[in-house]
This record gives sequence, structure tokens and C-alpha cells, in this order.
Amino acid sequence: MPARNRPLSPHLQIYRWQIGNSLSILHRLTGIALALGLAALSFWLISLAGGEERYRAAARVFASPVGVLLLIGWTFAFFYHLLNGVRHLCWDLGVGYERTQRHLSGWFAVLAALGLTLWVWLALWHFGRI
Amino acid sequence: MSLRSPLGRVLGHGSAGHGSGQWWAQRVSAAALIPLALWFFYSLLALPALDFGAAHTWLALPRNGFLAALLVAALTYHSYLGTIEVVEDWVHGTAMKLGLLLLLRFMYVLIGGASLYAILQVAFGNQAS
Repeated sequence: MPARNRPLSPHLQIYRWQIGNSLSILHRLTGIALALGLAALSFWLISLAGGEERYRAAARVFASPVGVLLLIGWTFAFFYHLLNGVRHLCWDLGVGYERTQRHLSGWFAVLAALGLTLWVWLALWHFGRI
Repeated sequence: MSLRSPLGRVLGHGSAGHGSGQWWAQRVSAAALIPLALWFFYSLLALPALDFGAAHTWLALPRNGFLAALLVAALTYHSYLGTIEVVEDWVHGTAMKLGLLLLLRFMYVLIGGASLYAILQVAFGNQAS
């Protein structure tokens, strides 16, 4: 059998845009965002080890409008990547592959991540932390 | 006619160029991160304030420093595997791919190492600072 004439698996652009591939892409995007968050966490730890002056300077960066916006984004990325990661781990165990299960768990991951982000930041705001 | 087995011919042809080790490592580090990340997130939020004194006192406690070190290790490893995977899938051209992969490896060793050192410094360093 000539290898060249074999059917190839469909490439990305052939798929209809739907929840499955959107959430898969979002998983990677939030993963990349969290990689940058790891750099921020590292910066925070190094500042903490560097003494009070350094820590205050770092805290000012995090408390700036851009800093808070980034922290809110990382909060969502954290919750979404965590919840969707659990979905992936379940699939790896062979659980939750049915169409309705996939859709339900997908919507749950997105909405719960949004809800948790909102809840955390409203609580921070309510207790006067921001 | 090739005498190589069908398995031998496909081995090494994925975008990573090697086998399923990364796949497993990604899942295992993900499982480890579920409790560690939730603990860290909750602990920081539960502190009455996040000023220098509160944060330093919290991280200087042996249990917190130990768990934070585990978190940083698992997080760095998991993030490294994920970022590497994205580059392997999407960056084409050997020079660009190899260059980026090398750069990422150095970056992750740097970030992970610096974070761990910072945690140790808070745990064992001069408390007067």
C-alpha cells in the first residue's frame, strides 16, 4: 500500500467551532498565562526573601491597576485550568466521555471558574483588601 | 523493502520526537498540584493581611516552607512540560524550535531554582530583615 495515498486525520481548520475545541484551546491559553503567573509568583517569593523594602516595592507593582487586572486574570486561569485539568484526568481514567457528560462538565468548568473568580475578588473587595 | 517493524518505523515521529514519558509526568504533576495549589491559594487568602510581616512569618513556618517548596517544584515541572509541549506542537523549523526549547529549559531552571532558594532564605535566613 503506497503510504502517500492514505487518508490523513483531519487538520484543525476542518473542525466546526464548538465547546469541545474552544475549551481545549482555552486550557492551553490559561496554561501559558499561568506560566507567566509562575514568574510572578517567583518574583513575589524573591521579594519576600529580599527584605521589607523589596517586598513593599513588589507589593506596589501587584497593587497597581495593571497588577490587579493581571491577578484577576490569573485567578480565572488558575480555577479554569484546575477544573478543566480534572476533566482531562477523568478522561484519562476513561470516565465522562459521553457527549452530554462532556458538554455538562465543560460548561461547569467555565462557569464555576468565572463564579469562583468573582467570589474571590468580591470577597477581597468586601474585606477591604483591594 | 524495509525490515523495520511497524512500531519501529513510527517511534520517534510524534511532535516531541519521543515517547509517552512526558505524558505521564504531566498527569502525575497535575495530580500533585491539585492539593498543593489549592492549599497555597487558600492560605494566602486566609491571612489577615499580605504585608511583609504576615507573609514572612507565614512562609517561615517549617510546614508552610516545606509545602511551598513542593508546590514550586511541582509547578515548575508541570509548567515546563506544558510550555515545551506547546512549542513542540506549534513551532516549526529545527533551529527556532531547538532554540526556544533550550531557552525555556534555562528559564525554568532559573525560575524554579530562584524560587526554591528564596523559600530557603525565608526559612533559614536572617530573621531581622
